[in-house]
Amino acid sequence: MSDQAKDTPDQAEFRAYCKEWLASNHPGQPPVHIPQGALELSDPDALAWLQRWQKSAYDAGLVGADYPVESGGGGRTGCQAIANQEMQRAKTPFLPNIIGLGMAAPTVQFHAREEVARELLPRLLSGEDIWCQGFSEPGAGSDLANQQTFAEKDGDSWVINGHKVWTSLAHFAEWMILLCRTSKEDKYNGLSYFVVPIKSALGKGVTVRPLIKMTGETGFNEVIFEDLVVEDKYRLDEVGAGWKVAMTTLAHERGAGPLTTPSAGGMVNEKEKGPSIGNAAALIQLARNSYRNGATAADDGAIRDQIMQLMIRQEGFRQNQRRIGTQALNSHPMRLPLQFKLVATEMNQDIAQLAYEIQGAASSLYVNDDNAAAGGQWQLAYMNSFGVTIAAGANEVQRNILGERVLGLPKTK
Amino acid sequence: MAQSKNFGFGEDETMLRDSAARFFADNCGPEKIHSQVADNPDIHRPIESKWDKGLWQQIVELGWTSVCVPEAAGGIGMPVVAAVALAEEAGKAAFPSPLIATFNATFAVRECQSEAATGLLGEIAQGTAATLAITDARGSWETTDTDVEAADGKLNGTAYYVQDAQKADVLVVSARTADGVALYRVDANAEGVDMQADGIIDLTRDQARITFSNASGELLDAAGAEALARAWPAMLCITAADMVGSGEWLLQTTTEYAQTRVQFDRPIGFFQAIKHPLVNVMLAIDAAKSLTYNAACAADEEPDTALNLARMAKSAASDMAVFSSSRAVQFHGGIGFTWECFVHLFFKRQMHNHVLYGDGKYQRAKLAEDYIGEAA
Repeated sequence: MSDQAKDTPDQAEFRAYCKEWLASNHPGQPPVHIPQGALELSDPDALAWLQRWQKSAYDAGLVGADYPVESGGGGRTGCQAIANQEMQRAKTPFLPNIIGLGMAAPTVQFHAREEVARELLPRLLSGEDIWCQGFSEPGAGSDLANQQTFAEKDGDSWVINGHKVWTSLAHFAEWMILLCRTSKEDKYNGLSYFVVPIKSALGKGVTVRPLIKMTGETGFNEVIFEDLVVEDKYRLDEVGAGWKVAMTTLAHERGAGPLTTPSAGGMVNEKEKGPSIGNAAALIQLARNSYRNGATAADDGAIRDQIMQLMIRQEGFRQNQRRIGTQALNSHPMRLPLQFKLVATEMNQDIAQLAYEIQGAASSLYVNDDNAAAGGQWQLAYMNSFGVTIAAGANEVQRNILGERVLGLPKTK
Repeated sequence: MAQSKNFGFGEDETMLRDSAARFFADNCGPEKIHSQVADNPDIHRPIESKWDKGLWQQIVELGWTSVCVPEAAGGIGMPVVAAVALAEEAGKAAFPSPLIATFNATFAVRECQSEAATGLLGEIAQGTAATLAITDARGSWETTDTDVEAADGKLNGTAYYVQDAQKADVLVVSARTADGVALYRVDANAEGVDMQADGIIDLTRDQARITFSNASGELLDAAGAEALARAWPAMLCITAADMVGSGEWLLQTTTEYAQTRVQFDRPIGFFQAIKHPLVNVMLAIDAAKSLTYNAACAADEEPDTALNLARMAKSAASDMAVFSSSRAVQFHGGIGFTWECFVHLFFKRQMHNHVLYGDGKYQRAKLAEDYIGEAA
């Protein structure tokens, strides 16, 4: 395979080790229902089972491979990507501590005091401590710097008051990465960044309340801080440097940071009758088995055209990812990388929306009806697709970023 | 089978592409091309083919026509991605020349099994301009359709929508025979060849219908429809690449205009009504470009999947061509609607290319037949 051909001797050795370990340590089929992704986790038993899997992969060195040994990592270079490829290939379950691994860990590694990194990162990487992210507020969505949550200095501590929303995994989280305001004088330079306890502070300044999504599922929360006291050592970087630290978080969220996020996945739950969401080819199967307006959807010329449009978009996305590696065919280094979130989330939304349309009258049926095609998973996927076109910088903000940073158009803010 | 790394686009291809970009920048900016091809805006102007033969001679000397001619026939034998990169640069310059037509003829002729074909490839490598005469009166893109018939080496009938026919030295003609559809070589100035130029919208090329009356043809391959079908993926890639290049010029030019044109006390590019659609144009160009290089690599390395991948590229590029050109005119405002603004050169080239060898809807209908099956 092409990704193996490029391995250095160290990487090749590590890859062989991963393959060998995975051959005898795949956790098998889960005893409980596992949702499509970590952000949809609501069943504590499902979480516990996934945490045991993450811990075993961590203990074996497949999670945190590129982090320093002092932070509980493997002290390797360029090996996390190898482990990710092999976990994907072995179709393992996903890692549940997704916000911790993808956003909190690199931010703590680069900006926290050494003692704090030593204290927090091992249990983050192992999945024993679940992490959540406190960025969004009722008044700070696309305008992220408009933070109102305030941290006031009190001796060697900070007293925090405010309201965070859309906080995925907060109901399971031990820790949160928190962006908040320490000065009202300056919008950007008045921001600071902390790690704060959640579970151990419940009832002592922290309240977590579930928010119910339009689908009827839970999964994210609002978090209210009322005089939460946090030691100064849990501040990341300087007072007033919060925006800079947040950029480290966001760069890693977009996959554009220096540390590769540990990720596994690819396991297909055998009990699940849903389609592989985000795959245009699955639309063909659905169209062959669906009636619309009294006829087979696969014979409808307009539907056929739209399915092909989405297959082409999907192939275009795949080839864009490939073209990133060909320097001579890139006019601006950020032009393709900054497109991915936008293009992928809108493509998946349109695939799910077309799946909805293909089903004709039967598209009215939902997951609580046994007659729904694919268990109603397409309809569910369509509604859930708005989570990602809105989250992590709404796609309208992504278009601002592309227009300004790549095309050089005048800035909106 | 996995494709080569970087779509097979290596150092040689990069050098060739960069030298082409320099050549176009030095020799034919949009001002020069506009003064050459758009000197007469009269809607009833006479039909003329306007191009710079001196520049074409320089291109021949730079070896561009030999790029896709196999080494055995006297060419350089570079991969299809090399020609695609040249077509992209030609599209970016809206360059009038027989280069694109000659590439397409080259792809068809190199699929032909005959000494005549090898001989013609050698001539092309030396600078003979060629074009395909393969389309019938109904504008069919099926390689088995033609209104020309051949018997005993004599051709009769008419070929339509022949690209850059007035610039070509040699015509590669598909003609029905007793055994199927064959490809013939006919010299453009041979006896019995009557060329009637079309009055077309695109100012950067010419087009003609060509009637053959007992014209002498040299057989290139008796199984011509099959040879054309094998060349088809590369032809689609070349046309897609031309549109990707023109799309990039339209994007960059419209972006520059949006940075400088001030209304309501701000450059109009500040407003999201301009900014966001320009980003959408960029997304459409990038998907079309990646699909085009992927399909071009497949044309050399993966013959089984090349046609579908090339149809994907042509579909994406055709839709992008319409989108990029419409947004460029709209966002240039009143000036964009005038003859003096260079945008219309690219608008017209895009609209011509988008339909050539099948527009997006046609490509997707063909893809659907393959992926979904015939509709009931």
